[in-house]
Amino acid sequence: MATQAPKRGAQSGRVKSDGTHEGFLRHKRFRWLKVAFVLMTTATLGYILIDVKPRPNGGSWYGYLMGIIGTLLILWLTMLGVRKRIPSRKRWSLKGWTSAHIYLGISLAVIGTLHTGFQIDWNVHTLAYVLMMLVIISGLWGITAYTRLPRKMSLNRQELTENQMLEGLRSMDRQLHDAAQPLDHRYAELVRKSLQENPFGGGLIRRVFGFYPKSKARKTLSMLSEEIAFRPGEDNPIERLDGLLARKDNKVARLRKHLQYKARLEIWLYFHVPLTFALIAALSAHIVSVFFYW
Amino acid sequence: MGDFALSELYRIAIVGSGPAGLSAASRAAKLGLSHVLLEKTDHLSDTIYKYQKGKHVMATPSQLKLRADIDFAAGKRETILETWEMQTGGNKVNTLKNAEVKAMTGTKGDFTLTLTNGQIVRAETIVLAIGTQGNPNRMSCPGGDLPHIQYSLDDPGEYIDEHITVIGAGDAGIENALGLVADPEQRNVVTIVNRSEEFATAKDANVQALVQARDAGRIIVRTKTTPLSVESGWITFDTRDGEARVQCDRVIARMGSAPPRKFIEACGIAFSSPDRAAYPVLSATFESTNPGIFVIGALAGYPLIKHCMNQGHDVVEFINGNTTLKPADEPILEAKFAGLPGNESVEYWLNFLKTNVVILNQLSTLQLREFMLDSEARFYKRGEVIFVRNDPGSSLFAIAAGSVLVEVSPTDPSITVPIGVGSIFGEVGLISGRRRGATIRAGEDCICVEVSRTAALKLQASVPAAKRAIERISTERQLLQMFKSGLTPADLTEVLDSYEIQAVSAGKAIITEGELGNDIFVIRQGSMVVERMIGGKPVFTSYLPAGSYVGEMGLINGGKRAATVRAAIKSDVIKLDGTAFMRLMEKKPELYAKTKSDMAGREELNAFIESKKDSLSSAVDLYSEQAAFLMENGIGEATDVLLIDENLCIGCDNCEKACADSHDGLSRLDREAGRTYAHLHVPTSCRHCEHPHCMLDCPPNAINRGPDGEVFINDTCIGCGNCQRNCPYGVIRMEYEPPKKPSIFSWLFFGKGPGPGEPSRKWKKENSDPSVSKQSKAIKCDMCSGIEGGPACVSACPTGAAIRVGPEQFLSVTRLEKNKA
Repeated sequence: MATQAPKRGAQSGRVKSDGTHEGFLRHKRFRWLKVAFVLMTTATLGYILIDVKPRPNGGSWYGYLMGIIGTLLILWLTMLGVRKRIPSRKRWSLKGWTSAHIYLGISLAVIGTLHTGFQIDWNVHTLAYVLMMLVIISGLWGITAYTRLPRKMSLNRQELTENQMLEGLRSMDRQLHDAAQPLDHRYAELVRKSLQENPFGGGLIRRVFGFYPKSKARKTLSMLSEEIAFRPGEDNPIERLDGLLARKDNKVARLRKHLQYKARLEIWLYFHVPLTFALIAALSAHIVSVFFYW
Repeated sequence: MGDFALSELYRIAIVGSGPAGLSAASRAAKLGLSHVLLEKTDHLSDTIYKYQKGKHVMATPSQLKLRADIDFAAGKRETILETWEMQTGGNKVNTLKNAEVKAMTGTKGDFTLTLTNGQIVRAETIVLAIGTQGNPNRMSCPGGDLPHIQYSLDDPGEYIDEHITVIGAGDAGIENALGLVADPEQRNVVTIVNRSEEFATAKDANVQALVQARDAGRIIVRTKTTPLSVESGWITFDTRDGEARVQCDRVIARMGSAPPRKFIEACGIAFSSPDRAAYPVLSATFESTNPGIFVIGALAGYPLIKHCMNQGHDVVEFINGNTTLKPADEPILEAKFAGLPGNESVEYWLNFLKTNVVILNQLSTLQLREFMLDSEARFYKRGEVIFVRNDPGSSLFAIAAGSVLVEVSPTDPSITVPIGVGSIFGEVGLISGRRRGATIRAGEDCICVEVSRTAALKLQASVPAAKRAIERISTERQLLQMFKSGLTPADLTEVLDSYEIQAVSAGKAIITEGELGNDIFVIRQGSMVVERMIGGKPVFTSYLPAGSYVGEMGLINGGKRAATVRAAIKSDVIKLDGTAFMRLMEKKPELYAKTKSDMAGREELNAFIESKKDSLSSAVDLYSEQAAFLMENGIGEATDVLLIDENLCIGCDNCEKACADSHDGLSRLDREAGRTYAHLHVPTSCRHCEHPHCMLDCPPNAINRGPDGEVFINDTCIGCGNCQRNCPYGVIRMEYEPPKKPSIFSWLFFGKGPGPGEPSRKWKKENSDPSVSKQSKAIKCDMCSGIEGGPACVSACPTGAAIRVGPEQFLSVTRLEKNKA
């Protein structure tokens, strides 16, 4: 409308993103998907059209070519871990790098498979191949996590930071502690026990699956408070305790969900990364043995 | 020194024992002049005394030589106070403590100062060095004088297991209260009391923190409550629901302070303007309009300790008849004028500028000297470029000799408009914070004064005539530049005779859809949003930055306003009379054509939104709501802001880590904190505001706008924390630099050091050299200026969730189209 102030940014040489932005999958209009597609198609067409004698094999010239491309790809893909930890690498944004990592990683499945010439056996060569495929599969798992979970995590945390959630819990605990003071010994003891419990303990499995059974102290407490809360009476301290417990449960549930999402965004890396190192080890064995037996 | 001092007539009475007063008294003692130093409290230098424990005090500006009989170097508050106490004693300064001056009467040669305790002090001359801190407002209810009531909080960590009531929920009160509950181990029960329902005087961030603390059960907040009486161990409130008596071991009253202006005016000293920020009118020897009373230090407009001490020294020399003394800033000014032709003295150049530059005409020599400290005098050869179109820059230029040429056409440098001697240019950048609108080169050999933004603002506040001159010139220029169309200043006379500058508070409409009206509004400062009612709901249609105009539709079509225009943030608009503007358009068909074509563009946009409304109703709604959300979060005053798309953010905090690793190990953003709407997250990170709040009160003027429009803090920061308090978005941290980390590879392979990102406090503490005094300085986002590849937060985001945008880009309707295409 009307006049706009002189356009800024245009002259300064600083690249600013425009209002619309692309995620790592859509980066530069799927540039790396296109590259990966070309790579995969060329490799496959080459495999079909070139008649290698006596039969397609990792040791043929075409097999070597695939092997070399595959090895270089694996080494480059591994470098993402380094790049991620070094900020500001000039033009290469980490997003672009991630995008390339994903699509070229997927193309590696085709390159690697063509390199085998479909000769699968119980040996170190096949071990390297299987490990590679496992790394790729765990990567696909990561992609699903990255595309599905952030949205849910954002909805769940409701503008709260993790520290704020923890602080909220601590304040609930303080209030519970105070609310338990006027109660009789049996209750106070139960509350004390429940406060001592770590609502997030129990290891990785619980965290990833979000499975946390109620502790004995909490079970008894809810049962008792239910019983008593129903009794008509004025100014029932148990009722207050009950309300506090319900509020704490809400907070605990949110934080558990949050930690669960965080864990699920990371758990796949606990497969992806060690498998990558195993792959590199097996790959080295594969390359050394191939040249040794040549 | 007691009662026998009553009848003695001192040569000099110095009021206030801050850096300025102490230095003056020491000089007087050294010169053997009879003097008395009056201090309100029972200790010297109350303002510095009240600094937080262990605070590092800086000594800036570093190029200014200290000229005083007491020492001062950067260091801990305690050390400085100790040195001063000792040296004041050593200099045999005649000090009278607990001596608060109530009134000053008499004339030069025989002044009488009446103290609050009834004592009388007589002196020939008075040096006022009372600073601007003023007196805190005291509790007036019964029991308001009990010893457990205090008016400042030194160290919140001191109090354990206490019931504490903080009275007054301004920033000071909230910060004190939150400080007291920060560590739950202290087990303090803290109540904060506010007179009204809202926390009107406090910063948003503080209010939010308070509300959070209340919701978390850490603090008790009582609104619409006033204290009725205080007794030992208890306090009684008057609340909305009646009286309430609450346990209370300590009262911290933070109810603001009274500015000393009333007292000073009662002493017969005139101020330069009724403006709140104005200072007393002073001569070159610091003498006020009441002869015999001299004003120095912060009250004279010099907040830095070194300035104050030098003035203390100088003023006593002046009083003692030393007329040849050159001010301590003489060498700095000499250096400033060294580049000008003719080898003239500082005296000559100051006078030259004062007579030749219109906006400096009314300055006193003292004001001019200080003004020049923040400004530069430059000589330009004929044809030399002074600045280039689209350069960022917020300084103002004044022509002291020669003339300059403005290249009005971006494509043809030969089309120019001259600006003559005495006038100013570059004022658009000063007012709107935007880039330079045209290239300007010297038309002949010329001398210009480049005035920094702060100096220009100070000038406008203290000299109303300068303010009016700048305003009129800038309005005229803005119109000429905006409408172009071959207009000349003469054409605009009629329109300018009716112009009016209006301040519009955030959210207020200047034009309302459906109303009649034909006035034109030019946005001078701030920004506006345009909304139309479509299907009974307001739909956001566009964002208007400073330098745009609105209202031409109503004028040309002569009917009702087609849309509502409201201020996104507090803005200034220039209102032009529609009828006068119409006549101008009739005279200038070119202008009419231009306005008409601007209008066509806008009608097209309206039609587009209307057409989308049917097919993409929810998208348009979301777009409107998102725009409203962003405006609420300060994007309206932003120039470049970090946004996070939470559809993509995996919470890896790589943005924070990259930020820390490219900035001395300190992150300038908090990804997780901040508001979110429809998965669009505005993290706690600098918005690089059009008119940065942080710049408002920076004693060393360390906050500037850089070449890419970034607002950054340079090394001269003294760590005072003003910017942190002034930032409404809480994006400035006070931190000291952590020690250098081992390289990333030794971490990766050998596990050395804390790894990428900001090191933990623990690591920082363990690995710092304890013998080096650490000074916290203000740190904030500098948009990674100078780093190739752009802001690290964006380039380090693995999923593309982090983006940096300007409001015009983000709030343009093209987004609507692209998002749903």
